[in-house]
This record gives sequence, structure tokens and C-alpha cells, in this order.
Amino acid sequence: MTTAPSVPTLRVENLQTHFPTRDGIIRAVDGVSFEVNAGEILGLVGESGSGKSITGFSILGLLDPPGHVAGGSVLFKGEDIVAAAPQRLRQLRGARIAMIFQDPMMTLNPVLRVDTQMIEAVRAHNKVSESAARDRAIETLRAVGIAAPEERLKSYPHQFSGGMRQRVAIAIALLNKPDLIIADEPTTALDVTIQGQILYEMRKLCRETGTALIWITHDLSVVAGLADRVMVMYAGRIVETGSVAEVLEQPRHPYTIGLIGSVPGGTARGHKLFQIPGMAPPPLNLPPGCRFKNRCGFADAACDTMPEMAELSPAHWARCHHPRPAQLAANLAEGGVA
Amino acid sequence: MLVFIIRRLLQSALVVAVMSVLVFVGIYLIGDPLAILASPEASEIDREEIARALGLDRPLWEQYMTFIGSAFVGEFGKSFVFGQPAMGLILERMPATLELAITATLMAFFIGVPLGVYAGLRHESAGAQAIMAGSILGFSLPNFWVGLMLIMIFAVQLGWMPASGRGPTTEVFGLQLSIFSAKGWHHILLPAITLALSKCALIIRLARATAREVMLMDYVKFARAKGLSERRVIGVHILKNIMVPVATVTGLELGALIAFAVITETIFSWPGMGKLLIDSITQLDRPVIVAYLIVVVFMLVAINLVVDILYSVLDPRVRLGGAQ
Amino acid sequence: MSQTGTTQTAAPAAAAVSETPLLRIWREFAESKLALFGLGLFIVSLLAALLAPWIVPQNPYDLATLDIMDSRMPPGSLSGDNMVFLLGSDGQGRDMLSAMLYGLRISLFVGVVAVGLALAIGAVAGIAAAYIGGRTDTVIMRIVDIQLSFPAILVALILLAVLGNGVDKVIIALVTVQWAYFARTARGAALVERNKEYVEAARCLGLKRPRILLRHLLPNCMPSLIVIGTVDIARSITLEATLSFLGLGVPVTEPSLGMLIANGFDYLLSGVYWISMFPGIALTIVIVAINLVGDRLRDVLNPRLKR
Repeated sequence: MTTAPSVPTLRVENLQTHFPTRDGIIRAVDGVSFEVNAGEILGLVGESGSGKSITGFSILGLLDPPGHVAGGSVLFKGEDIVAAAPQRLRQLRGARIAMIFQDPMMTLNPVLRVDTQMIEAVRAHNKVSESAARDRAIETLRAVGIAAPEERLKSYPHQFSGGMRQRVAIAIALLNKPDLIIADEPTTALDVTIQGQILYEMRKLCRETGTALIWITHDLSVVAGLADRVMVMYAGRIVETGSVAEVLEQPRHPYTIGLIGSVPGGTARGHKLFQIPGMAPPPLNLPPGCRFKNRCGFADAACDTMPEMAELSPAHWARCHHPRPAQLAANLAEGGVA
Repeated sequence: MLVFIIRRLLQSALVVAVMSVLVFVGIYLIGDPLAILASPEASEIDREEIARALGLDRPLWEQYMTFIGSAFVGEFGKSFVFGQPAMGLILERMPATLELAITATLMAFFIGVPLGVYAGLRHESAGAQAIMAGSILGFSLPNFWVGLMLIMIFAVQLGWMPASGRGPTTEVFGLQLSIFSAKGWHHILLPAITLALSKCALIIRLARATAREVMLMDYVKFARAKGLSERRVIGVHILKNIMVPVATVTGLELGALIAFAVITETIFSWPGMGKLLIDSITQLDRPVIVAYLIVVVFMLVAINLVVDILYSVLDPRVRLGGAQ
Repeated sequence: MSQTGTTQTAAPAAAAVSETPLLRIWREFAESKLALFGLGLFIVSLLAALLAPWIVPQNPYDLATLDIMDSRMPPGSLSGDNMVFLLGSDGQGRDMLSAMLYGLRISLFVGVVAVGLALAIGAVAGIAAAYIGGRTDTVIMRIVDIQLSFPAILVALILLAVLGNGVDKVIIALVTVQWAYFARTARGAALVERNKEYVEAARCLGLKRPRILLRHLLPNCMPSLIVIGTVDIARSITLEATLSFLGLGVPVTEPSLGMLIANGFDYLLSGVYWISMFPGIALTIVIVAINLVGDRLRDVLNPRLKR
């Protein structure tokens, strides 16, 4: 991290995203702060409902109403884009910050040909002729490994397989050579071999172009093979963050430990898979203090106050009153927490 | 595609054949045309004379066979009342009905779609609530009563529009049409509005419901994530998806409108085939009723076919003929 | 995203556990002021129609009380025997308000009875088609398809041309053109229900077929049938009015609202507006009321729209 430039590609500070409902406000993202630098891949991990996808949509200003960013700032290369005019945000979207969605079957418009959907993305940001835009589309499709792109461009999305559609979606994200890509579980819906290929290609593309990448996933094994840094979210808050090697091998937060223990293949052969007891707190009724305390074997009276993020070793932070000792953590993952 | 069309035509021929039997037998049961056609003072011999001239003295099945035999060469018998070929009478009045129904459909479509899409996209705004309230009223208002009230307001009280008739027509491609002259518009406007009103309400509701569904789709969000202008997101990505069900339903409703024109034509004395049907029913003019129904069945079949083709054009996922 | 959606409903659902389904439906129904307004309007119309003989100023069918001198009096004028024509009088000197309330009786009666019969026939046919399947299903659904592909107004028109005028005949025509909607809906709902466990369980218990159909399948098809049925009452009333307007519906001796409107048509061009206008307004009010109720019921009873 010593090579990081002075201004990070993205800097999120104390982000608050709220969904007002009839029964109260859902604080889907509650004070999240982090940075991503050029060429860096950040894995954002959490179970569904942890607020990880909402974090991604908050950055781009693509929340479904009534959801909105209620506080904090999102600085893209130093520019606050939460406060930016809608027109400015539109200029950045797809051009400087691109997004890839979870379900490739749903991301492409079913009634428009692929060329229409790619050319419009180029021409929304560049004053180029249609044929120039088409050339760019062909080139990008080839870069993501689609054979005979000239012909495939004339197809409709339903004529592609799921994996191919996701490649097209990735190609659309890459069209304008963005500085940051936010990928929201893009390989979850695909089968494992295709997932592997796409992960490999994404990593290569980021390294070559210096694009920063935020990879949102619930799958720790994906993060292990792809990311430089990892950030674990639970109930709208970050609970642990650090380099992939540190967090996955020496997790300090009981939740991260439980998460690692529940990954098949993460434990030694013959050991029973671990399951974190209980359920995530209802988002409308979050407990005061540590949000993990009702599922945590180490919780005590201290946990009734919200712990702050603390740097336990260089660049490795966790939000816990009782962080587990680094050397014990790997064993705990096998034995269970409770 | 060709296979699909041929198969559909065969199916349609079957429907028409079944309908012809039902209609013929059904109409046969309607009173005795002689009672109306012959004057009360006519002698028994006169009556038999008339019956023989019209072929009414023969048994039902024989009448049907004659009917079918001549139907195949495009002959549907002569109107009891007009003494002219029934099919000719219908076809003569068909352009007027089609013009009215198509004008009404287009009005309903071009007013209904923008309002419905707006109400769907801004579904919490006051404008959207007003549009929805209006649409409930629109399909609740009894069609024929709306016609009467329009006549009362615009023809009787204000004197802006004529209360009845078709006015002068212009010949276009051999068809007599009203919509190419200002005078013609004067005449067609009130009946077309009457006919369009409930369909417009239907289209508004459908467009709104579809818009609400489509705007939540991932591909709309993705289009926004690409940095497209809101105009392109709504005008292309959302609208094209809304068009699939809306255009299909609008097309199918054209058939219903042609049928419903029966009432509008009666109110506004619009010289179409619907008015002819009502006149023929009151006068028990059997050949004309049968000819009307055959024509309408043909039109419904044709509309269905066109709509199916249109559907496959609008939605690339649908390919006619089943096989991909 | 989806997770926040599902968990947020968990809390209120837990609070409502003790609520009966009927109470829940009512609570959700009552959340819409517009729907309550519609229901109120419908109840008032219903009461007005039922109590018509006791609240009208004049018996419109009693020809002895009519005076031809009172014909076409504008609203608010006095009759020969000092009765106020609140909404004017018609071509025979009949009080419009009285005629309308009696007309409303007929319109509502025809609408409700026709829908009731159509619902019963359609539900039985649809559920039988779904449950028995095979050829029965094919035959029933083919008839339904053909029926639905033909505009209702034309079928009713031709049918009445064959049958002639009369309240009973109008009802027959309305049932004929409407039963197919119910059949299709009931079949759809029954097909979904048929494969559920409780039907399987009932079958394993050795229950007789008609009993399974009536006691188990029918109640579960009811919500969708009720939604269609409500809106269909409005449709039936409109259709009846239209047919009567064309002179092919109820007889002149029992004028429904549609017939009253038709009677006024003759005088409309000479500026006598009230004979057509007021029955039309009454008709519109009733139909709007029913549609408001039906719309809300659709939202409340349709599980597909639940968020």
C-alpha cells in the first residue's frame, strides 16, 4: 500500500444509506468508510442484507426510491459525488465508474440488440460516429473473450448463454475504460468453470489498465483468489478490514471467524462445517451496541456499547471489544465460536 | 413464419365454418321474417309466393346447404329488406366502420400511452393520481350515455359539432373516408371520442402497470449505470418494453371496438355496418345479419393474425411457429 | 436489497398473527379511502334500490297516478297534484327520481343475479376442467376460448335477437357471455391448488371427488373469483343498460336505467336533457362505486401484488 497515490480513486466516508418505510427507517448502510486506489481490487464481503450491495448502489446514486444517501460523502478522485448535480453523476456513470450487476439474465434489455446497447453506451459519453462506436464495441467484446464479435453484436440477449451475457455486461462496463468498476456478485449466477475464467480475466484487465475494482460478494473463496484487500460487512457496518492474506488467515472478529469456518474447503478435511448460530438482527430493530452480540460466544456487558474500529496490526482493523488473538483465530474457525 | 401463417389460416377457416352453422341455425330461430316482410293484409298465396322467392319454404338443412354453396362463391343471399346482395351491403358500409374504429383506437393509444407511462413512472405524484382517478371514471362511464351527453353538450347546447351522420367524404385509394377533410373531422370526432374513451382508460391502466413493473427491472438500472440520459432510458429502454403488451392489447381491442361500434353508430347515425346490423335485427333481415357476422369473424381472425406478427416483431424473444 | 425487503415485513406480520384472514382483508381494504368511499356509495345505492317502494314520491308503474300534462317537466317543477319533480319528469309525466330508483332496482338485480349464476357455472366448469383434466379439460377450455374470442356485446345482441325481450332473457344472455371468464379464472386457480399438499392429503383420506372439489378446491379459488365477480357486476350492469338502450334488453314495462336513458334520447335534441342525463349519472355512480371496490379487492386479494 506504500505505492498508493496521494488521492485515492474512491474514498467513502461515513456513508449512511436509509430506506424510510412505514414502520421506521431501515439503516441499510450505517457509517461505512473505505478507500480504493488505482489498480487495486477490494473485496466487499457479507451475507445478503448486510448492506454490501446497497453500498455499491449508493456510490453510483442508483438506489431505488425511497432509498437515499442520508449522510457521509463519496469522493471520486477527490470530487464529492453525493452532492454532485444529477448531470455530473450521469457523466461519471458508465464512463469513469462502471457497474456490473448480479444477474446476467436481467441486466441486458431483452428487446434491444446487443449492438444498440453497446453503441449507446459509447455514444452517451463520446462524440464519435456510430461506426467508430461499433468498432470500439467489437474490440471490447473480443477483449472479454467473445468469438466472432461482429456477428454476435447483431444478436438479441436471449440468444446468448448466461456466461456470455455476463461477458457482454462486463464488456459494456469496460467500453469507456473506466477508473473504477463496481461489480455486484457478477459470478454468483454462473457455474464454477465460467466463474473461474471471468475472475481470471477481470484480474488481468484491472492489472493491465490500472482500473480500481470493488468486488461485492458473499463468497470468501472468490475474494481469496481475486482481491488485494477485503472488507467484511455485517448489518450495515464494516466489522473487519485488511489485506486478503491477513483477514482470511488470521481473522480477528468473531463474525469473520464464523464466516471463514462456514466455507466448505476452508476447514480441514473431516471437520464439521461450522454454522454461525442465530440470525442477523432485523434491520428495523437493530440492537444497541455491537450488532453481532446476540450470535457471538464472547459477548458480555461491554458489547452493549458499539465498539469502534481498531487497528490490531498494521492495516488490519476490526470492530470488536474482544478481538480474538491472531494465533488462535485459525484454530477457532475449526472448533467453533460458541 | 409461412408455416405459422398457413396453420393460423386453416384454424381460422375452421372457426368461420363452425360460426356459420351456429349463426345460421341461431338466426333461423329468430321469428318469422314473413310476418314482417309481408303486409298484414297479404293473402296466404302471396305469402307463399314471397317465401318461395326468398327460399324460406325449404327445410333448414337445405337452406343451409344453399347458403354454404353460394357462400363459397362469395354470395350470401339477398337482403330481404333492400333486395340487394347482403355481402355487398355490408362491404359497402365497412369502410365507415373501420375508419371510426381505427380512428378511435389510434386516439386511445396516443392519449393513453403517454398518460399511463407518466402515471407509472411518477406513480406518487398528484398528476398520476388524477390520471388514475380519470381512468376509473373512463371505463366506468356507460359508453352510449357518454355519446348522448357529448351530443347534448357539443351539438345541442354549444352547436359546435353535428349530432349525426358522416358528412362529406373524400375518396382515397377508392375508399370514401372522412378524416381527410375538416368537415369530415367535424363529424367523426364525437363518435370517435365516445368509442375511444373506455379503451383509452384500459390502455392507461395497462401502460401504468407495465411501466411500474419495467422501471424496477435490472436492465433499466443498468441502462442508468451506463450513464444514458433519462430521456433515452425512458424513451427507449422502458418504452420499448412497455410497447410489447400495450401494442398487443391495443391491437386485440380493435376487434372489440368494431363490435362496439354497433352502439356508437346507432347513436350518431353513423352509416357503418354496425348500424346496419341493428336495423337488420329489428327487421329480421337474416342474410344481412349472417353476412355481418361472417365479416366480423373474418376481421377478428385477421386482427389476431396481424397482432401475433406484430408481437413477434416487438419482442425478439418470441418467434412464430414455436421452433427457434 | 431483497433481503431488506423480506425482513422488513417480518415485524408487522408477527404483530398480526392473531388476526383472522377476513379481518386482515378488511383492514387492508380500509387503508384505501377511495375504496371505502366506493363501498359506501355502493351500499347507499343498494339501500336506495331495495327501499325504493317506500322512499319514492310516486309509483312509476302505476299508470293511474301519471298525468300526461306533467310530461317533460324540468327538474324542480310542480306536478298537477302539487308534487315536486326533483329531477324532472319523463315523456309520460313520470317522476324521474321514482323511475330511476325503480330502474336501479332492475339494473342491480340483473347485474347481481347474472354474475352470481355466471360465477357458479364458471367455477364448477373451471374447477372440473382442472381437476378431471384430459378430454374434459380440452373440451371445456376450447369452448371458453372460442367464447372469449368473440366480443361479448355481439354474442349478447344476437342471443337477445333470438330470445326476445325480458329480464330473464337478459340474464340468460349475460350469463352466456360471462361464465367463460369465471371458468378460465377458476381453472387457473384450481390448477395451482390441485397440486398442493392439502388436496393430496384429502385424496389420501379417501374423500369423494365432489367433496374435494367443493370443500377444498372451491374455497381456495374464491379470492380470484370474487375479484373478477365484483368488477363483472359493473360490466353486467353496463352491458344490460347498453342492450336495453338498443331496445334488446328489458321490456318497456320494467325500465332499467339503460331503458330510461334510451327513452330520453328522443327528446335530447330538443334540449330536454334531464330524462337521459340523470339516469346516466346514477348508472355511472353505481359502476364507479363497484369498480373502486373491485380495484381495491384486487390489490388486497391478489397475492402476486403483495410486496
